[in-house]
Amino acid sequence: MADPRIVIVGAGPAGIRAAGALVAAGLRPILLDEGQRDGGQIYRRQPEGFTRTPEQLYGTEAARAVALHESFERLKPQIAYHPRHLVWNVADGVVHTISEGKPGQFAYDALIIAAGATDRLLPVKGWQHAGVYSLGGAQIALKAQACAIGRRVVFLGTGPLLQLVALQYHKAGAGVVALLDTSPFRRQVMALPKLAARPGMLVKGLRLVGGLMASGMAIHRGVTPVEIHGEAEAGVTGVSVRLASGRIRRFDCDAVGLGYHLRPEAQLADLARCAFTFDPKTRQYWPEIDAEGRSSVPGVYLAGDGVRTQGADGAEISGALAACAVLADLGRAVPEAERAALRARARIMERFREGIAEAYPWPAHLAADLPDEAILCRCEGITVGEVREAATGKGADEVNRAKALTRVGMGRCQGRYCGHAGAEIVAAASGVPLEAVGRLRGQAPVKPLAISAGESQP
Amino acid sequence: MTEPQRSDVLIIGGGIMGASAAFFLRQRGKSVTLIERGLIGQQASGTNFGNVRRQGRYLPQLPLANRSRAIWGRLNEMLGEDAEFLPSGHLRLAYSEEMAGRIEQYGRDARPYGLELQMLSGNVLRDRFPFLGPEIRAGSYSPLDGHANPRLAAPAFGRAAKRAGAVIVERTEVLSVEQEGGSFRALTADGRVFRAEQMLITAGAWGSRLSQQFGEPAPLVVHGPQMAVTEPVPYALEPVLGIATTIPEEIIYLRQVKRGNIVFGGGIRGPASAETLRAYVKPENTLGQLAQITRIVPALRRLNVIRVWSGIESYLPDDIPIMGPSARVSGLHYAFGFCGHGFQLGPGVGDVMAELIATGQTSTPIEPFTIARFASKATNQTGGHE
Repeated sequence: MADPRIVIVGAGPAGIRAAGALVAAGLRPILLDEGQRDGGQIYRRQPEGFTRTPEQLYGTEAARAVALHESFERLKPQIAYHPRHLVWNVADGVVHTISEGKPGQFAYDALIIAAGATDRLLPVKGWQHAGVYSLGGAQIALKAQACAIGRRVVFLGTGPLLQLVALQYHKAGAGVVALLDTSPFRRQVMALPKLAARPGMLVKGLRLVGGLMASGMAIHRGVTPVEIHGEAEAGVTGVSVRLASGRIRRFDCDAVGLGYHLRPEAQLADLARCAFTFDPKTRQYWPEIDAEGRSSVPGVYLAGDGVRTQGADGAEISGALAACAVLADLGRAVPEAERAALRARARIMERFREGIAEAYPWPAHLAADLPDEAILCRCEGITVGEVREAATGKGADEVNRAKALTRVGMGRCQGRYCGHAGAEIVAAASGVPLEAVGRLRGQAPVKPLAISAGESQP
Repeated sequence: MTEPQRSDVLIIGGGIMGASAAFFLRQRGKSVTLIERGLIGQQASGTNFGNVRRQGRYLPQLPLANRSRAIWGRLNEMLGEDAEFLPSGHLRLAYSEEMAGRIEQYGRDARPYGLELQMLSGNVLRDRFPFLGPEIRAGSYSPLDGHANPRLAAPAFGRAAKRAGAVIVERTEVLSVEQEGGSFRALTADGRVFRAEQMLITAGAWGSRLSQQFGEPAPLVVHGPQMAVTEPVPYALEPVLGIATTIPEEIIYLRQVKRGNIVFGGGIRGPASAETLRAYVKPENTLGQLAQITRIVPALRRLNVIRVWSGIESYLPDDIPIMGPSARVSGLHYAFGFCGHGFQLGPGVGDVMAELIATGQTSTPIEPFTIARFASKATNQTGGHE
């Protein structure tokens, strides 16, 4: 029997560890990645010619980043690695890519999707102004190009990335005006027992908070975002929030980094027809997986932050576990001792993930309370009020119906950035539980597909 | 068990046919109940291309299409909602001399039905529509055709019907239909019973499941249209564009909405299932469309597709719908199986069916669409495609 065709999507920590485990078992997987270089987002490698040290780039995670990059260099000759390949669709056992403007196909017997995460965003009045970036975008600008999103930056939202990016900007010499966190400090204290599942990571987190305190930037927790101020030409001019004390305060700035932790990039899993399930703790639908990353579709495996937001260490473990599942399902020998150890570590990662979700909760009430005039869907320019009107006046008590009637989530991001808030608004306006308003159905292409791609077909 | 719900007319299936029939039946004073398994306009009525096109249709269907076009023109006023109908013109294009000859012949044949088409070619065509590609030889322009938003039209009819007094029952599946003691009876999955003097089945891809309970099965098959939309760009393509061709891979049609996005479809149809309620766009079909769309408008090569979608459309072997009274049961009517070209007809079908149900006759000829044709032997006709 010919060797099975195993396709891995994503060359971040999960994809690389999955590839490594498969190579160790004597297989030669195909690794497809959208990026120029391996490493994914968290361990993104700087472009050729840039000379920052791993410590400058990855801080406390430098050793892990270097280890992963070195593993990848050793793996490279033993895998079919295709960088700059965007997977835009998957259907009938074939992954469809675009590379250098040309379409390509990769048939698979097993598919490991390790597509990573994007920022979980919550609209705020004025977030459509130029100069508002997601936290991930703000971090990539710094990591990849050594650029800051502004000279006087406010970071607004919640989650570990909010604090990390704020401190990275400060250390890089960018002016950080304020860190405004919607999560009150007591939530972080309450989550300590679960966060203690990873004592080393907890210590790193405490040091991060210590670094922020020492930085001199204004830090406010338990805030309620009111508005991002701006002008059509000049873009962002300031941010107003209601502080925990109840007082409204404005911070002048020229850029905002916005984000409320991360959400899985689950579009490919959706196109592969994987079943989704509602997670009441984080208030979102995500793909169903078993303890090793098997989806509901035989032959399709999900790993890394693209399915559960455990962070880089969890991604490495879940990638290796997904490879174990592939080997087991193909009837190949599985390193059982390692598999058992990985499963034990995965449980710790999952407990820590829950702790982070509790420490920095998705502020659902802020979405439900958004003013009518706030833009909800930036791609299509749809306001919160239009969606509310569809929900209350036109019976759109389900998100795909609201999408059909208002175009919310129909634009080029396909609801990545407004979908969760849109669901909260539909649920609150129609008095239906969030779970019952459903989730936006994913459609190809995962990212915009150039029409010119049609010219280079066989 | 609760008392059955009663009305003059019971409509099963809330696509654009059923929703508009409900609206027009209320205009004629009939009490109406419409039962829909999902939401109004959610299946083929909401996922199609949105063509409000008459040219190219099966000629005996033109009186119905004309009647429908007249309603489209006053739809917003009638329904009190905007379904984004844009009488932007429709341009049917040909690559070959042979197809140019065919569309020209169609123009002559359509004139007696009151459809005036302008045949354009060479510099006249190019001066008027400078965005067309060099392969285009000729075009037939229908100035009063256009396009509308399928996601809005049927729901707007449904709400207008409801405001006018129709009972709209959504998220309710009909399990069985029968005639009992001179009236009709429908039993729903939640155990309710609905009764009416007359029944109209407008259940699209699921129509035959119901008609066969009255001994009149129809040979429906389902396909998924392969739709896509680009990112928005400044509004510049006024007419709806479509290629007239005998090569299925070459079929492509496109329209630009006022917001700026360009919607397109055509080519090989995709898989759809009336059982699972899902329809898919095959990636290779999307790529095939990309190669075709730049033959019509080369400048589109600089744009990106941001989304594709499909739906569940039902087709009949002769490519024309089933519409009219049952051939077996008095008081029973059908309008389903519109073979991918029902959206333009929707308002007209509702109007004609309401007339037929309320008065027993209609001024618009619909004889070719009788379900009786499948009781004997199928005829061979050709219709449109979208």
